[in-house]
Amino acid sequence: MSAPENREAFVRPPALELRGVTKRFGAGASAGRGARALDGVDLVLGEREFLVVLGPTGAGKTTLLRTIAGLETPDAGSVALHGRDARALAPADRDVALVFQNFSLYPSATVRENLAFPLAAPARRLSRAEIDERVAWAAKLLHVERLLDRPAKKLSGGEMQRVAIGRAIVRRPKLFLMDEPLTNLDAKLREELRVELRELARELETPVVWVTHDQAEALTMADRVALLVDGRIVQTGTPEDVYARPNSPLAARELGTPPMNLFDVERKDERWITADGVELARADAGAPERATIGVRPEHVLLDGGPSDAVVHVVEDWGPSRVLFAHVGAHALHVLAPRDCALRAGDRFRPTFDVRRVVVWPRA
Amino acid sequence: MSFLVLERLEKTWPDGTRAVKAIDLAIEPGEFVVLLGPSGCGKTTTLRMIAGLETPTAGRVLLAGDDVTRRTPAERDIGFVFQFYALYPHLSVAENVAFPLACAKVARAERDAAVARVAERIGITALLAKKPRQLSGGDQQKVGLARALVRKPAVWLMDEPLGTLDSSERLAMCEFLREQQLEQRVPTVYVTHDQEEAMRLADRVVVMAEGSVLQAAPPAVVYSDPATLFVARFVGSPGMNLVEGELVDGGGAFRTAGMARPLPLAARARSGPVVLGARPEFVRFDASSPLRGRVAVDAFHGPCRYAHVEGVFGRVAARRGAEERASLGDEVGLAFDPAGVRLFDPATGGRLA
Amino acid sequence: MRLVRVLVLVVGFLCAGLPLAWMALSSVKERADTIAQHPKVLPFATTTPAPESLVFAPTTGSWSELAVVHAGAQASFWEHLGNSVLIGVLSTLCSVVLGTACAYGFSRFRVPGEKDWLFFVLSTRFMPPLAVVVPVLLMYRQLDLAGTHLGLVLLYTVFNLSLSVWLMKGFLDEIPRAFEEAAMVDGYTRAQAFVRVVLPEARTGMAVTAVFCLISAWNEYGFAMTLNSSGAVTVPAYFAGLAGNIEGMPWPQVAAGAIVFVAPIVVFTVLVRKHLLRGMTFGTIKQ
Repeated sequence: MSAPENREAFVRPPALELRGVTKRFGAGASAGRGARALDGVDLVLGEREFLVVLGPTGAGKTTLLRTIAGLETPDAGSVALHGRDARALAPADRDVALVFQNFSLYPSATVRENLAFPLAAPARRLSRAEIDERVAWAAKLLHVERLLDRPAKKLSGGEMQRVAIGRAIVRRPKLFLMDEPLTNLDAKLREELRVELRELARELETPVVWVTHDQAEALTMADRVALLVDGRIVQTGTPEDVYARPNSPLAARELGTPPMNLFDVERKDERWITADGVELARADAGAPERATIGVRPEHVLLDGGPSDAVVHVVEDWGPSRVLFAHVGAHALHVLAPRDCALRAGDRFRPTFDVRRVVVWPRA
Repeated sequence: MSFLVLERLEKTWPDGTRAVKAIDLAIEPGEFVVLLGPSGCGKTTTLRMIAGLETPTAGRVLLAGDDVTRRTPAERDIGFVFQFYALYPHLSVAENVAFPLACAKVARAERDAAVARVAERIGITALLAKKPRQLSGGDQQKVGLARALVRKPAVWLMDEPLGTLDSSERLAMCEFLREQQLEQRVPTVYVTHDQEEAMRLADRVVVMAEGSVLQAAPPAVVYSDPATLFVARFVGSPGMNLVEGELVDGGGAFRTAGMARPLPLAARARSGPVVLGARPEFVRFDASSPLRGRVAVDAFHGPCRYAHVEGVFGRVAARRGAEERASLGDEVGLAFDPAGVRLFDPATGGRLA
Repeated sequence: MRLVRVLVLVVGFLCAGLPLAWMALSSVKERADTIAQHPKVLPFATTTPAPESLVFAPTTGSWSELAVVHAGAQASFWEHLGNSVLIGVLSTLCSVVLGTACAYGFSRFRVPGEKDWLFFVLSTRFMPPLAVVVPVLLMYRQLDLAGTHLGLVLLYTVFNLSLSVWLMKGFLDEIPRAFEEAAMVDGYTRAQAFVRVVLPEARTGMAVTAVFCLISAWNEYGFAMTLNSSGAVTVPAYFAGLAGNIEGMPWPQVAAGAIVFVAPIVVFTVLVRKHLLRGMTFGTIKQ
């Protein structure tokens, strides 16, 4: 890359910038009341960045994507695409591609017709030859060449989703918006496509906003994760960062399978003790008096701790085992090595790896 | 004696497709069996034949020693949990959950107690007075599950009951089902395409593909000793690494395309073409190994990372510590822990050692 | 079981087929045979048979006389059929096109007072249409619409529009919004997306709606009789008008005409029956 291009890249505005985006639905939405689907969302997406927005059902993920695509108008806040205010732009003029969760293809059209459809838009003025060439390119990239003349309704779920993504890339848009594209697929297929699509995005060098409730997608695919809960962005950061250092108990609950163990505790000298008197771990002298502490299941060791725990259920997770236990009246998840011999009903003394314990002060 | 027995059970659709090919299966009292396989493998058809919702083309279904093959679903004392629940929109959540008991003419007080108990376990107590249309999809699914679980039949049949739930909710429901099973010991046949769910829930996993049973064994066995290449690939996330090659030096070493010298393995009996399999946790980076490739993906998974290494031999994933990052494009060597190496016959797909 | 099924089918077929068969028979009789005291059912006679006989001599006279202008009428059957075709097809076309457009709006946009509007649309069907026949007649005289094709096209379109809006809304609601939203993100305008994506998917619904509209316009009698007794007379009104014929009702010609008149509807319904069946089950299965 030559030097001037480099400088241009440096000053180039972000691919997407949301500032204070708010959207309400339902009764009184226009009067500023109504249920808030999005509540002051700020989000910046860099060139070539793969951003995964993770949140439970009903968090506002789909509304967020639809707002970026221009299918919804925000009640407040701004949307800028590549530095350009997008609020006045129609969906067709935003140069973004949206892959929907429930709709993927026009069922009666062939794969070829489906792929050509975005290119055949009158405003695009592409010649027949150009369209054919691009369709062939996308089909090759997604390994669907042999399906080109098959009607869409005769495809399997995985093939359908590949073609749907092909429909998005065929235009070479400036931004991809993906609304849970893998949710309706078999688990095994989902796992394969996660890897394949992540690599494809890297090859295409196009920024992606990928919305999902599947943590595995967030952890394995994202350059950056944004946690969306009840219409608000709770935390953003690299998957490693958000996983290791959630900034609130709310964020901690969103990421991790099994989830992070959370306890409301008080500090007595240098020990964390729950309200009902169960001692859990060593505390720093300077730690707050009242806190919520969190520890990941893989950071709980099986002996040497201050209190007894009872194993309730043991699940076999392939390379590891998960113990569902109780310490006092509190549930405790432990990710144990595969050779762990504990059975339901056994007792052990859990120790928290203190370097990994996350502490949030509590009022 | 086994509680539920499938004998040469077979289903051929009118168009000639053989959905289920003469499967044999015996389920012990109190056992939780999971039928696992990709879409179209015949697992749901098998379940529906056990329920009496489909008529087998051949074979028998024995329930507690009785041949029930020709009986209607109502005559079999089964509980069926569907993938999509149809709740009665005009009834409240509590009435919906109580419905199967009301049909069975259970006394009012007893019915209320049962509803309260199951609602608390599933976490829908706060929703009992609401109408189904006021609930989110996930909550509706939980209510459906509660309605199915409120009764105690002779056998549970479950068709992907957690398929539409969020991943975090699914974990909690898995735990709930497991506890329920430990308490009540009702034999259960559960259908899913999600191998993680199967591993978590099952006493025994039955892996199916194209209408046949490939392996029926406890989860730990299916995971560490898969009977076929298909099972090896399908179980585990990511699945077992599989590398085609051949055994040389009297079976003491493995060679595949693009290797400078063979990779020594613990002594094996035979030579010839094989597919070598190893779970990602038995693969490690080893600079001196002759099996070399480039890092194509380095995926963070929370407690660990999976580095996918691409070479002439294909792709191999290695499970590494959460902090052991690998740089994309780096050339690395790969070594297998002998304890985790499994060998398959490339012609039949069956296990060799 | 099988026998019962066959029996039910035979009885059903006879009930449906006998009137048609009788009509076909009547169309090849002389007028005297159609009103003979002893029923004539077998068209095999070559000479004049006895009055009590079941046989009669068939003739195609009535079919060729369809082109004849009868006393009391102003034009032949064929001309009246032309009127029916013109009015039926045009009003069906208008109803379906306008109904689809209106239903699309209700289906896709947040229309203030949507439920009230839809109820209003439906409420136009609560009243028996003939209750307004006199005001309509007066209005049409003022506007010079009585006795014109346009008058009946307008009237039938208005009456069928509520049915068409409601049917089409049901069908359009079943087409995922994502269909045209995907197209809009892909670079199409909403109008282009509607034509390219929604209309092809709505074909079934439009065919079903068209059948209902056509049948209702085709067979309508009350308004046709009152408004168009002079010009642009449709077939039902024409047949009714023959009743005052001084020579008596020309039954063979009426039977022949009725067969011709029913045929297009039967053919049309058979052509779209695949859509009709799908249309009937549409909306009953929802995931």
